[in-house]
Amino acid sequence: MTFALADLPIEALAEDAWLLRFGDRIDAAVNDRVHAAAARLQANLGGVECVPAYASLLLRFDVAQWLGDDGRFSAERLRAAIAAAWDAGSLTGKTPREVSIPVCYGGDAGADLHEVAAHAGMSADEVVRRHVAALYRVAMLGFAPGFPYLLGLDHALAVPRRSHPRIRVPAGSVAIGGQQTGIYPQALPGGWHLIGRTPVCLFDLAAASPSLLQPGDHVRFRAIDEREYERLAASAGL
Amino acid sequence: MSIEVIKPGLLTSLQDAGRRGYAQLGLGRAGAVDEPSMQLANALVGNAGDEAVLEITLAGPTLRFQQDAVVALTGGLIEGRVEGQALPAWTSCFLPAGSVLRLGGMRHGCRSYLAVRGGFDCTPVLGSRSTDLHAGVGPLQGKAVQAGDMLAIGEHAAAPWFQSTQGMQALRWGLDPQPWLDYERAPLALLRGHHADALDEASQRALFSQRFMLSKDSNRTGCRLDGAPLQLRQSLELISEATLPGTLQLPPSGQPILLLAEAPVTGGYPRIGQLAAVDLPRLAQRRPGDTVSFRETTLDEALQRLGEREAALRRLLQRIEQRLESA
Repeated sequence: MTFALADLPIEALAEDAWLLRFGDRIDAAVNDRVHAAAARLQANLGGVECVPAYASLLLRFDVAQWLGDDGRFSAERLRAAIAAAWDAGSLTGKTPREVSIPVCYGGDAGADLHEVAAHAGMSADEVVRRHVAALYRVAMLGFAPGFPYLLGLDHALAVPRRSHPRIRVPAGSVAIGGQQTGIYPQALPGGWHLIGRTPVCLFDLAAASPSLLQPGDHVRFRAIDEREYERLAASAGL
Repeated sequence: MSIEVIKPGLLTSLQDAGRRGYAQLGLGRAGAVDEPSMQLANALVGNAGDEAVLEITLAGPTLRFQQDAVVALTGGLIEGRVEGQALPAWTSCFLPAGSVLRLGGMRHGCRSYLAVRGGFDCTPVLGSRSTDLHAGVGPLQGKAVQAGDMLAIGEHAAAPWFQSTQGMQALRWGLDPQPWLDYERAPLALLRGHHADALDEASQRALFSQRFMLSKDSNRTGCRLDGAPLQLRQSLELISEATLPGTLQLPPSGQPILLLAEAPVTGGYPRIGQLAAVDLPRLAQRRPGDTVSFRETTLDEALQRLGEREAALRRLLQRIEQRLESA
Protein backbone atom coordinates (compact mmCIF):
# COMPACT_ATOMS: atom_id res chain seq x y z
CA MET A 1 0.00 0.00 0.00
CA THR A 2 2.26 2.79 -1.16
CA PHE A 3 0.87 6.27 -1.48
CA ALA A 4 1.97 9.58 -0.08
CA LEU A 5 -0.05 10.97 2.78
CA ALA A 6 1.13 14.45 1.83
CA ASP A 7 -0.87 14.24 -1.41
CA LEU A 8 -4.18 13.68 0.38
CA PRO A 9 -6.59 16.54 0.83
CA ILE A 10 -7.22 17.14 4.52
CA GLU A 11 -10.30 19.08 5.48
CA ALA A 12 -10.96 20.53 8.93
CA LEU A 13 -14.55 19.46 9.63
CA ALA A 14 -14.66 20.97 13.09
CA GLU A 15 -12.35 22.37 15.77
CA ASP A 16 -11.46 18.83 16.87
CA ALA A 17 -11.92 16.79 13.70
CA TRP A 18 -10.10 16.43 10.40
CA LEU A 19 -11.20 14.41 7.39
CA LEU A 20 -8.69 12.74 5.09
CA ARG A 21 -10.22 12.15 1.67
CA PHE A 22 -8.98 9.23 -0.43
CA GLY A 23 -11.50 9.47 -3.25
CA ASP A 24 -15.08 10.30 -4.09
CA ARG A 25 -16.64 6.98 -5.01
CA ILE A 26 -17.43 3.58 -3.55
CA ASP A 27 -14.48 1.52 -4.71
CA ALA A 28 -12.74 -1.45 -3.10
CA ALA A 29 -9.23 -0.20 -3.90
CA VAL A 30 -9.95 3.24 -2.40
CA ASN A 31 -11.49 1.60 0.68
CA ASP A 32 -8.39 -0.61 1.06
CA ARG A 33 -6.28 2.54 1.30
CA VAL A 34 -8.61 3.99 3.93
CA HIS A 35 -8.21 0.90 6.12
CA ALA A 36 -4.45 0.73 5.60
CA ALA A 37 -4.20 4.36 6.70
CA ALA A 38 -6.57 3.84 9.65
CA ALA A 39 -4.55 0.87 10.90
CA ARG A 40 -1.27 2.72 10.64
CA LEU A 41 -2.47 5.96 12.22
CA GLN A 42 -4.37 4.15 14.97
CA ALA A 43 -1.20 2.26 15.89
CA ASN A 44 1.18 5.20 15.80
CA LEU A 45 -0.78 8.32 16.63
CA GLY A 46 -1.75 8.48 20.29
CA GLY A 47 -4.98 9.99 21.57
CA VAL A 48 -6.62 10.31 18.18
CA GLU A 49 -9.81 8.49 17.23
CA CYS A 50 -9.89 7.15 13.64
CA VAL A 51 -13.25 6.59 11.96
CA PRO A 52 -12.94 4.97 8.53
CA ALA A 53 -15.69 5.35 5.93
CA TYR A 54 -15.88 4.30 2.26
CA ALA A 55 -13.39 6.81 0.90
CA SER A 56 -12.47 8.96 3.86
CA LEU A 57 -10.98 8.76 7.30
CA LEU A 58 -12.08 10.96 10.19
CA LEU A 59 -9.50 11.89 12.79
CA ARG A 60 -11.06 13.16 15.98
CA PHE A 61 -8.62 14.61 18.49
CA ASP A 62 -8.44 16.59 21.70
CA VAL A 63 -7.59 20.21 20.87
CA ALA A 64 -5.75 20.57 24.22
CA GLN A 65 -3.28 17.86 23.17
CA TRP A 66 -2.08 19.85 20.17
CA LEU A 67 -1.17 23.29 21.45
CA GLY A 68 1.78 25.24 20.11
CA ASP A 69 4.22 27.42 22.08
CA ASP A 70 1.67 30.24 22.07
CA GLY A 71 -0.86 28.03 23.88
CA ARG A 72 -3.13 27.87 20.84
CA PHE A 73 -4.07 24.89 18.72
CA SER A 74 -1.26 24.15 16.28
CA ALA A 75 -2.39 22.55 13.02
CA GLU A 76 1.30 22.22 12.11
CA ARG A 77 2.02 20.07 15.17
CA LEU A 78 -0.87 17.74 14.40
CA ARG A 79 0.03 17.57 10.73
CA ALA A 80 3.64 16.70 11.62
CA ALA A 81 2.48 14.01 14.06
CA ILE A 82 0.21 12.49 11.41
CA ALA A 83 3.11 12.46 8.92
CA ALA A 84 5.45 10.89 11.50
CA ALA A 85 2.86 8.25 12.46
CA TRP A 86 2.40 7.50 8.80
CA ASP A 87 6.12 7.07 8.18
CA ALA A 88 6.51 4.87 11.26
CA GLY A 89 4.26 2.19 9.79
CA SER A 90 5.33 -0.60 7.53
CA LEU A 91 4.34 -0.27 3.89
CA THR A 92 2.59 -3.62 3.74
CA GLY A 93 -0.81 -3.61 5.37
CA LYS A 94 -1.83 -6.37 7.77
CA THR A 95 -3.86 -9.22 6.32
CA PRO A 96 -7.46 -8.52 7.31
CA ARG A 97 -9.22 -10.86 9.71
CA GLU A 98 -11.80 -13.09 8.00
CA VAL A 99 -15.13 -13.67 9.70
CA SER A 100 -17.58 -16.35 8.58
CA ILE A 101 -21.28 -15.55 8.97
CA PRO A 102 -23.86 -18.37 8.76
CA VAL A 103 -27.04 -17.31 6.94
CA CYS A 104 -30.38 -19.03 6.46
CA TYR A 105 -31.44 -17.75 3.04
CA GLY A 106 -35.01 -17.26 1.78
CA GLY A 107 -38.25 -18.25 3.48
CA ASP A 108 -39.54 -15.97 6.22
CA ALA A 109 -35.97 -14.98 7.02
CA GLY A 110 -35.36 -13.63 3.52
CA ALA A 111 -38.72 -12.34 2.41
CA ASP A 112 -37.31 -10.46 -0.61
CA LEU A 113 -35.08 -13.22 -2.00
CA HIS A 114 -37.45 -13.97 -4.88
CA GLU A 115 -37.82 -10.29 -5.72
CA VAL A 116 -34.03 -9.92 -5.86
CA ALA A 117 -33.85 -13.04 -8.05
CA ALA A 118 -36.53 -11.69 -10.41
CA HIS A 119 -34.73 -8.36 -10.64
CA ALA A 120 -31.42 -10.09 -11.38
CA GLY A 121 -33.06 -12.44 -13.89
CA MET A 122 -31.84 -15.61 -12.20
CA SER A 123 -33.09 -18.27 -9.80
CA ALA A 124 -33.14 -17.76 -6.04
CA ASP A 125 -30.56 -20.55 -5.71
CA GLU A 126 -28.26 -18.69 -8.08
CA VAL A 127 -28.62 -15.50 -5.98
CA VAL A 128 -27.60 -17.47 -2.87
CA ARG A 129 -24.74 -19.17 -4.73
CA ARG A 130 -23.36 -15.81 -5.82
CA HIS A 131 -23.92 -14.19 -2.41
CA VAL A 132 -21.89 -16.87 -0.60
CA ALA A 133 -19.23 -17.02 -3.32
CA ALA A 134 -17.99 -13.46 -2.82
CA LEU A 135 -15.39 -12.19 -0.36
CA TYR A 136 -16.61 -8.98 1.31
CA ARG A 137 -14.86 -6.14 3.04
CA VAL A 138 -16.36 -4.21 5.98
CA ALA A 139 -16.06 -0.76 4.38
CA MET A 140 -17.44 0.95 7.47
CA LEU A 141 -19.88 0.59 10.34
CA GLY A 142 -22.71 3.06 10.71
CA PHE A 143 -26.46 3.68 10.57
CA ALA A 144 -26.77 1.72 13.83
CA PRO A 145 -24.14 0.30 16.21
CA GLY A 146 -22.45 -2.68 14.52
CA PHE A 147 -24.18 -2.31 11.13
CA PRO A 148 -21.57 -3.28 8.51
CA TYR A 149 -21.58 -1.76 5.04
CA LEU A 150 -20.02 -4.57 2.98
CA LEU A 151 -18.20 -4.07 -0.31
CA GLY A 152 -17.79 -6.92 -2.77
CA LEU A 153 -21.34 -7.74 -3.82
CA ASP A 154 -21.61 -9.52 -7.18
CA HIS A 155 -22.71 -6.74 -9.57
CA ALA A 156 -25.50 -8.93 -10.92
CA LEU A 157 -27.17 -8.92 -7.48
CA ALA A 158 -27.39 -5.14 -7.15
CA VAL A 159 -30.98 -3.99 -6.70
CA PRO A 160 -32.30 -0.50 -5.86
CA ARG A 161 -33.59 0.07 -2.33
CA ARG A 162 -37.28 -0.68 -1.65
CA SER A 163 -39.60 2.18 -2.49
CA HIS A 164 -41.38 1.62 0.85
CA PRO A 165 -38.89 0.99 3.67
CA ARG A 166 -39.98 -1.44 6.36
CA ILE A 167 -40.74 0.03 9.76
CA ARG A 168 -39.09 -2.94 11.44
CA VAL A 169 -36.47 -5.25 9.99
CA PRO A 170 -35.70 -8.20 12.32
CA ALA A 171 -32.29 -8.44 13.97
CA GLY A 172 -29.79 -10.53 12.00
CA SER A 173 -31.41 -9.81 8.62
CA VAL A 174 -28.97 -10.01 5.72
CA ALA A 175 -29.94 -7.55 3.04
CA ILE A 176 -29.01 -5.97 -0.27
CA GLY A 177 -29.29 -2.22 -0.91
CA GLY A 178 -27.97 -0.99 -4.24
CA GLN A 179 -24.44 -2.27 -4.78
CA GLN A 180 -24.00 -3.09 -1.10
CA THR A 181 -24.91 -5.83 1.26
CA GLY A 182 -25.19 -5.61 5.03
CA ILE A 183 -26.58 -7.13 8.21
CA TYR A 184 -29.05 -5.50 10.62
CA PRO A 185 -27.54 -5.97 14.10
CA GLN A 186 -30.82 -5.25 15.86
CA ALA A 187 -34.43 -4.69 14.84
CA LEU A 188 -34.44 -1.42 12.90
CA PRO A 189 -36.37 0.40 10.22
CA GLY A 190 -34.81 -0.34 6.85
CA GLY A 191 -35.17 -0.04 3.09
CA TRP A 192 -32.86 -2.82 1.91
CA HIS A 193 -34.07 -6.12 0.44
CA LEU A 194 -33.99 -9.00 2.91
CA ILE A 195 -32.49 -12.21 1.53
CA GLY A 196 -31.75 -14.14 4.71
CA ARG A 197 -30.98 -14.04 8.41
CA THR A 198 -28.05 -14.94 10.62
CA PRO A 199 -28.38 -16.31 14.18
CA VAL A 200 -25.07 -14.65 15.07
CA CYS A 201 -25.17 -11.63 17.41
CA LEU A 202 -23.43 -8.70 15.73
CA PHE A 203 -23.45 -6.19 18.55
CA ASP A 204 -23.23 -7.28 22.18
CA LEU A 205 -22.87 -4.55 24.80
CA ALA A 206 -21.65 -7.08 27.35
CA ALA A 207 -18.78 -8.32 25.17
CA ALA A 208 -15.25 -7.03 25.64
CA SER A 209 -15.34 -5.98 22.00
CA PRO A 210 -18.99 -5.11 21.41
CA SER A 211 -19.00 -5.39 17.63
CA LEU A 212 -18.43 -8.78 15.98
CA LEU A 213 -17.15 -7.01 12.87
CA GLN A 214 -14.50 -4.32 12.78
CA PRO A 215 -13.87 -1.86 9.96
CA GLY A 216 -11.57 -3.48 7.40
CA ASP A 217 -12.49 -7.10 8.28
CA HIS A 218 -13.17 -9.59 5.51
CA VAL A 219 -16.50 -11.41 5.62
CA ARG A 220 -17.75 -14.61 3.99
CA PHE A 221 -21.32 -15.86 4.17
CA ARG A 222 -22.12 -19.54 4.62
CA ALA A 223 -25.56 -20.93 3.75
CA ILE A 224 -27.26 -22.91 6.52
CA ASP A 225 -30.70 -24.54 6.68
CA GLU A 226 -33.49 -23.72 9.12
CA ARG A 227 -32.53 -26.55 11.49
CA GLU A 228 -28.97 -25.29 11.82
CA TYR A 229 -30.27 -21.76 12.21
CA GLU A 230 -32.44 -22.92 15.12
CA ARG A 231 -29.55 -24.88 16.63
CA LEU A 232 -27.14 -21.93 16.42
CA ALA A 233 -29.77 -19.48 17.66
CA ALA A 234 -30.45 -21.71 20.66
CA SER A 235 -26.77 -22.02 21.51
CA ALA A 236 -26.39 -18.24 21.18
CA GLY A 237 -29.16 -17.88 23.74
CA LEU A 238 -31.46 -16.01 21.40
CA MET B 1 -32.38 4.11 48.99
CA SER B 2 -32.69 6.17 45.89
CA ILE B 3 -34.79 8.65 43.97
CA GLU B 4 -38.17 7.50 42.74
CA VAL B 5 -39.47 8.88 39.47
CA ILE B 6 -43.14 9.77 40.00
CA LYS B 7 -43.55 11.61 36.70
CA PRO B 8 -40.85 11.50 34.00
CA GLY B 9 -41.44 14.92 32.40
CA LEU B 10 -41.42 15.41 28.64
CA LEU B 11 -38.03 13.82 27.96
CA THR B 12 -35.63 13.20 30.82
CA SER B 13 -32.51 11.07 30.44
CA LEU B 14 -29.29 10.26 32.26
CA GLN B 15 -26.29 11.89 30.59
CA ASP B 16 -22.62 12.47 31.21
CA ALA B 17 -19.80 13.80 29.02
CA GLY B 18 -20.40 11.05 26.46
CA ARG B 19 -19.11 7.71 25.25
CA ARG B 20 -15.80 7.96 23.45
CA GLY B 21 -14.00 5.61 21.14
CA TYR B 22 -16.86 3.67 19.51
CA ALA B 23 -17.61 5.84 16.47
CA GLN B 24 -15.80 3.37 14.23
CA LEU B 25 -18.28 0.71 15.39
CA GLY B 26 -21.20 2.94 14.48
CA LEU B 27 -21.88 4.26 17.98
CA GLY B 28 -21.59 7.99 18.65
CA ARG B 29 -20.80 9.83 21.87
CA ALA B 30 -24.26 10.99 23.01
CA GLY B 31 -23.89 12.81 26.36
CA ALA B 32 -25.28 16.15 27.55
CA VAL B 33 -26.27 18.49 24.73
CA ASP B 34 -25.30 21.52 26.84
CA GLU B 35 -22.04 20.31 28.33
CA PRO B 36 -21.01 23.42 30.32
CA SER B 37 -24.36 23.39 32.14
CA MET B 38 -23.82 19.71 33.00
CA GLN B 39 -20.34 20.43 34.36
CA LEU B 40 -21.53 23.39 36.40
CA ALA B 41 -24.37 21.36 37.93
CA ASN B 42 -21.87 18.70 39.00
CA ALA B 43 -19.48 21.31 40.41
CA LEU B 44 -22.25 22.91 42.50
CA VAL B 45 -22.86 19.64 44.38
CA GLY B 46 -19.13 19.05 44.81
CA ASN B 47 -18.84 16.16 42.34
CA ALA B 48 -15.30 15.75 41.13
CA GLY B 49 -15.80 14.70 37.55
CA ASP B 50 -18.51 14.40 34.97
CA GLU B 51 -20.92 12.29 36.99
CA ALA B 52 -24.21 11.34 35.37
CA VAL B 53 -26.89 14.04 35.64
CA LEU B 54 -30.49 14.23 34.51
CA GLU B 55 -31.01 16.12 31.28
CA ILE B 56 -34.51 17.59 31.38
CA THR B 57 -36.32 18.83 28.27
CA LEU B 58 -38.91 21.65 28.39
CA ALA B 59 -41.09 20.12 31.14
CA GLY B 60 -39.54 18.49 34.16
CA PRO B 61 -40.08 15.33 36.19
CA THR B 62 -41.48 14.84 39.67
CA LEU B 63 -39.02 13.02 41.92
CA ARG B 64 -39.33 11.61 45.44
CA PHE B 65 -36.09 11.52 47.41
CA GLN B 66 -35.94 8.49 49.69
CA GLN B 67 -32.72 9.75 51.26
CA ASP B 68 -31.11 13.10 52.05
CA ALA B 69 -29.58 14.60 48.92
CA VAL B 70 -27.66 17.64 47.73
CA VAL B 71 -28.80 18.76 44.30
CA ALA B 72 -28.13 21.55 41.81
CA LEU B 73 -30.17 22.64 38.83
CA THR B 74 -28.55 24.48 35.91
CA GLY B 75 -29.21 25.09 32.22
CA GLY B 76 -32.64 26.31 31.09
CA LEU B 77 -34.65 28.09 33.79
CA ILE B 78 -37.30 25.73 35.09
CA GLU B 79 -39.88 26.03 37.87
CA GLY B 80 -38.88 23.78 40.76
CA ARG B 81 -40.90 23.32 43.96
CA VAL B 82 -40.39 21.21 47.05
CA GLU B 83 -43.49 21.05 49.27
CA GLY B 84 -44.66 24.38 47.89
CA GLN B 85 -41.28 26.08 48.38
CA ALA B 86 -39.38 27.28 45.31
CA LEU B 87 -36.14 25.45 44.59
CA PRO B 88 -33.44 27.99 43.72
CA ALA B 89 -31.54 27.19 40.53
CA TRP B 90 -27.83 27.58 39.73
CA THR B 91 -26.88 26.89 43.36
CA SER B 92 -26.45 23.99 45.76
CA CYS B 93 -29.54 22.81 47.66
CA PHE B 94 -30.08 20.29 50.44
CA LEU B 95 -33.23 18.15 50.27
CA PRO B 96 -34.12 15.98 53.30
CA ALA B 97 -35.30 12.41 52.86
CA GLY B 98 -38.97 12.31 51.85
CA SER B 99 -38.81 15.50 49.75
CA VAL B 100 -40.86 15.54 46.57
CA LEU B 101 -39.28 17.77 43.93
CA ARG B 102 -41.70 18.94 41.25
CA LEU B 103 -40.07 20.43 38.19
CA GLY B 104 -42.56 22.20 35.96
CA GLY B 105 -42.30 24.07 32.70
CA MET B 106 -39.19 25.79 31.43
CA ARG B 107 -39.40 29.59 31.43
CA HIS B 108 -36.27 30.10 29.39
CA GLY B 109 -34.15 27.68 27.38
CA CYS B 110 -34.84 24.09 26.41
CA ARG B 111 -32.69 21.81 28.58
CA SER B 112 -32.01 21.81 32.33
CA TYR B 113 -29.50 19.68 34.21
CA LEU B 114 -30.12 18.21 37.65
CA ALA B 115 -27.02 16.95 39.44
CA VAL B 116 -26.99 15.09 42.72
CA ARG B 117 -24.04 14.85 45.11
CA GLY B 118 -22.46 11.42 44.50
CA GLY B 119 -23.85 11.35 40.99
CA PHE B 120 -26.65 9.18 39.64
CA ASP B 121 -25.26 5.71 40.13
CA CYS B 122 -25.66 3.24 37.31
CA THR B 123 -23.35 0.78 35.62
CA PRO B 124 -21.45 2.46 32.80
CA VAL B 125 -22.21 1.01 29.37
CA LEU B 126 -19.09 0.97 27.18
CA GLY B 127 -17.42 3.37 29.57
CA SER B 128 -20.18 5.94 29.87
CA ARG B 129 -23.37 6.66 31.79
CA SER B 130 -24.86 8.66 28.94
CA THR B 131 -28.02 7.52 27.23
CA ASP B 132 -28.06 7.19 23.45
CA LEU B 133 -31.81 7.20 22.94
CA HIS B 134 -31.47 6.64 19.21
CA ALA B 135 -29.20 3.60 19.48
CA GLY B 136 -30.85 2.37 22.68
CA VAL B 137 -27.51 2.21 24.49
CA GLY B 138 -26.85 3.35 28.05
CA PRO B 139 -28.39 3.19 31.53
CA LEU B 140 -32.07 2.18 31.89
CA GLN B 141 -31.65 -0.04 28.79
CA GLY B 142 -30.83 3.03 26.74
CA LYS B 143 -34.25 4.57 27.37
CA ALA B 144 -35.48 7.87 28.74
CA VAL B 145 -36.45 8.01 32.40
CA GLN B 146 -39.95 6.59 33.03
CA ALA B 147 -42.42 6.73 35.89
CA GLY B 148 -41.51 4.12 38.47
CA ASP B 149 -37.79 4.13 37.71
CA MET B 150 -35.59 4.12 40.81
CA LEU B 151 -32.46 6.23 40.36
CA ALA B 152 -29.66 5.32 42.75
CA ILE B 153 -27.35 7.95 44.20
CA GLY B 154 -23.63 7.20 44.22
CA GLU B 155 -21.60 7.00 47.42
CA HIS B 156 -20.51 10.36 48.78
CA ALA B 157 -19.47 12.20 51.90
CA ALA B 158 -21.95 14.63 53.51
CA ALA B 159 -21.69 18.15 52.08
CA PRO B 160 -19.84 20.18 54.75
CA TRP B 161 -21.49 23.40 53.57
CA PHE B 162 -24.87 22.30 54.92
CA GLN B 163 -24.81 22.18 58.74
CA SER B 164 -28.24 20.90 59.64
CA THR B 165 -30.38 18.28 57.95
CA GLN B 166 -33.70 19.93 58.73
CA GLY B 167 -35.83 21.05 55.79
CA MET B 168 -34.79 22.26 52.41
CA GLN B 169 -31.80 24.61 52.40
CA ALA B 170 -29.89 26.49 49.74
CA LEU B 171 -26.57 28.27 49.71
CA ARG B 172 -26.64 32.06 50.08
CA TRP B 173 -24.80 32.36 46.81
CA GLY B 174 -25.34 30.95 43.35
CA LEU B 175 -24.08 31.35 39.83
CA ASP B 176 -25.23 33.96 37.37
CA PRO B 177 -26.86 31.99 34.53
CA GLN B 178 -26.49 34.99 32.21
CA PRO B 179 -23.14 34.00 30.61
CA TRP B 180 -24.32 30.40 30.12
CA LEU B 181 -27.77 30.96 28.73
CA ASP B 182 -28.53 32.39 25.33
CA TYR B 183 -30.34 35.62 26.18
CA GLU B 184 -28.86 37.57 23.29
CA ARG B 185 -30.24 35.45 20.45
CA ALA B 186 -27.34 36.66 18.31
CA PRO B 187 -26.56 34.71 15.13
CA LEU B 188 -24.82 31.37 15.68
CA ALA B 189 -21.31 31.07 14.22
CA LEU B 190 -21.12 28.62 11.32
CA LEU B 191 -18.11 27.31 9.42
CA ARG B 192 -18.72 26.83 5.71
CA GLY B 193 -19.12 23.14 4.95
CA HIS B 194 -17.54 21.10 2.18
CA HIS B 195 -20.67 21.42 0.02
CA ALA B 196 -21.61 25.04 0.80
CA ASP B 197 -20.30 26.04 -2.62
CA ALA B 198 -22.71 23.57 -4.23
CA LEU B 199 -25.65 25.70 -3.03
CA ASP B 200 -27.03 28.06 -5.66
CA GLU B 201 -26.15 31.71 -5.16
CA ALA B 202 -29.45 32.70 -3.59
CA SER B 203 -29.22 29.81 -1.15
CA GLN B 204 -25.65 30.68 -0.20
CA ARG B 205 -26.89 34.17 0.67
CA ALA B 206 -29.96 32.78 2.43
CA LEU B 207 -27.87 30.45 4.60
CA PHE B 208 -26.24 33.48 6.22
CA SER B 209 -29.20 35.85 6.17
CA GLN B 210 -32.54 34.13 6.61
CA ARG B 211 -33.98 33.07 9.93
CA PHE B 212 -34.76 29.39 10.33
CA MET B 213 -37.33 28.03 12.75
CA LEU B 214 -36.60 24.99 14.89
CA SER B 215 -39.17 22.40 13.92
CA LYS B 216 -41.11 20.47 16.56
CA ASP B 217 -39.45 17.33 15.15
CA SER B 218 -36.15 18.45 16.70
CA ASN B 219 -34.58 16.11 19.24
CA ARG B 220 -31.19 15.06 20.65
CA THR B 221 -30.17 13.77 17.22
CA GLY B 222 -30.69 17.08 15.49
CA CYS B 223 -32.57 20.34 15.07
CA ARG B 224 -34.65 20.46 11.92
CA LEU B 225 -34.59 23.99 10.57
CA ASP B 226 -37.62 25.25 8.67
CA GLY B 227 -37.37 28.16 6.25
CA ALA B 228 -37.38 28.93 2.55
CA PRO B 229 -35.79 25.73 1.15
CA LEU B 230 -32.09 25.87 0.26
CA GLN B 231 -31.30 24.61 -3.23
CA LEU B 232 -28.24 22.99 -4.72
CA ARG B 233 -27.12 24.10 -8.19
CA GLN B 234 -27.42 20.48 -9.18
CA SER B 235 -28.07 17.36 -7.17
CA LEU B 236 -24.98 15.64 -5.78
CA GLU B 237 -24.35 11.91 -5.70
CA LEU B 238 -22.51 11.56 -2.41
CA ILE B 239 -21.17 8.59 -0.52
CA SER B 240 -21.48 8.39 3.24
CA GLU B 241 -18.75 9.94 5.33
CA ALA B 242 -18.33 10.98 8.94
CA THR B 243 -20.75 13.44 10.51
CA LEU B 244 -20.40 15.16 13.88
CA PRO B 245 -22.46 17.08 16.40
CA GLY B 246 -22.73 20.56 14.88
CA THR B 247 -22.77 19.32 11.27
CA LEU B 248 -25.38 21.16 9.16
CA GLN B 249 -26.75 18.72 6.57
CA LEU B 250 -29.04 19.43 3.66
CA PRO B 251 -31.51 16.64 2.84
CA PRO B 252 -33.44 16.73 -0.47
CA SER B 253 -36.32 18.67 1.17
CA GLY B 254 -34.06 21.75 1.31
CA GLN B 255 -34.72 22.12 5.05
CA PRO B 256 -31.34 21.75 6.79
CA ILE B 257 -30.73 19.60 9.85
CA LEU B 258 -28.20 20.65 12.48
CA LEU B 259 -26.94 17.52 14.21
CA LEU B 260 -26.64 17.41 18.00
CA ALA B 261 -25.19 15.04 20.62
CA GLU B 262 -26.75 11.91 19.08
CA ALA B 263 -25.53 12.69 15.57
CA PRO B 264 -25.23 9.54 13.47
CA VAL B 265 -21.55 8.72 12.94
CA THR B 266 -21.90 8.77 9.15
CA GLY B 267 -24.22 10.49 6.73
CA GLY B 268 -24.68 10.92 3.02
CA TYR B 269 -26.39 14.32 2.77
CA PRO B 270 -24.51 17.38 1.54
CA ARG B 271 -22.61 18.99 4.41
CA ILE B 272 -23.22 22.72 4.09
CA GLY B 273 -21.86 23.90 7.42
CA GLN B 274 -20.44 23.11 10.83
CA LEU B 275 -21.59 25.02 13.88
CA ALA B 276 -18.74 26.47 15.95
CA ALA B 277 -18.44 24.16 18.99
CA VAL B 278 -18.65 27.14 21.33
CA ASP B 279 -22.18 27.84 20.05
CA LEU B 280 -23.51 24.26 20.45
CA PRO B 281 -24.73 24.93 24.03
CA ARG B 282 -26.49 28.08 22.77
CA LEU B 283 -28.29 26.05 20.12
CA ALA B 284 -29.07 23.38 22.75
CA GLN B 285 -31.06 26.01 24.67
CA ARG B 286 -33.23 27.08 21.73
CA ARG B 287 -36.57 25.35 21.62
CA PRO B 288 -38.97 24.26 18.87
CA GLY B 289 -40.63 27.39 17.48
CA ASP B 290 -37.56 29.56 18.21
CA THR B 291 -35.69 30.98 15.27
CA VAL B 292 -31.97 30.89 14.57
CA SER B 293 -29.74 32.64 12.09
CA PHE B 294 -26.12 32.05 11.16
CA ARG B 295 -23.10 34.22 10.60
CA GLU B 296 -19.99 32.94 8.87
CA THR B 297 -16.98 32.22 11.05
CA THR B 298 -13.47 30.95 10.48
CA LEU B 299 -11.73 28.02 12.11
CA ASP B 300 -9.28 30.41 13.82
CA GLU B 301 -12.07 32.48 15.32
CA ALA B 302 -14.01 29.36 16.35
CA LEU B 303 -10.93 27.91 18.07
CA GLN B 304 -10.20 31.19 19.81
CA ARG B 305 -13.73 31.57 21.15
CA LEU B 306 -13.74 27.92 22.24
CA GLY B 307 -10.43 28.41 24.04
CA GLU B 308 -11.73 31.49 25.82
CA ARG B 309 -14.94 29.73 26.85
CA GLU B 310 -13.01 26.70 28.14
CA ALA B 311 -10.66 28.92 30.15
CA ALA B 312 -13.60 30.84 31.68
CA LEU B 313 -15.38 27.57 32.50
CA ARG B 314 -12.26 26.09 34.13
CA ARG B 315 -11.81 29.24 36.25
CA LEU B 316 -15.41 29.11 37.36
CA LEU B 317 -15.31 25.39 38.17
CA GLN B 318 -12.22 26.04 40.29
CA ARG B 319 -13.84 28.96 42.12
CA ILE B 320 -16.93 26.90 42.88
CA GLU B 321 -14.75 24.16 44.36
CA GLN B 322 -12.85 26.69 46.50
CA ARG B 323 -16.02 28.39 47.75
CA LEU B 324 -17.66 25.10 48.67
CA GLU B 325 -14.53 23.99 50.55
CA SER B 326 -14.32 27.23 52.51
CA ALA B 327 -18.02 27.26 53.36
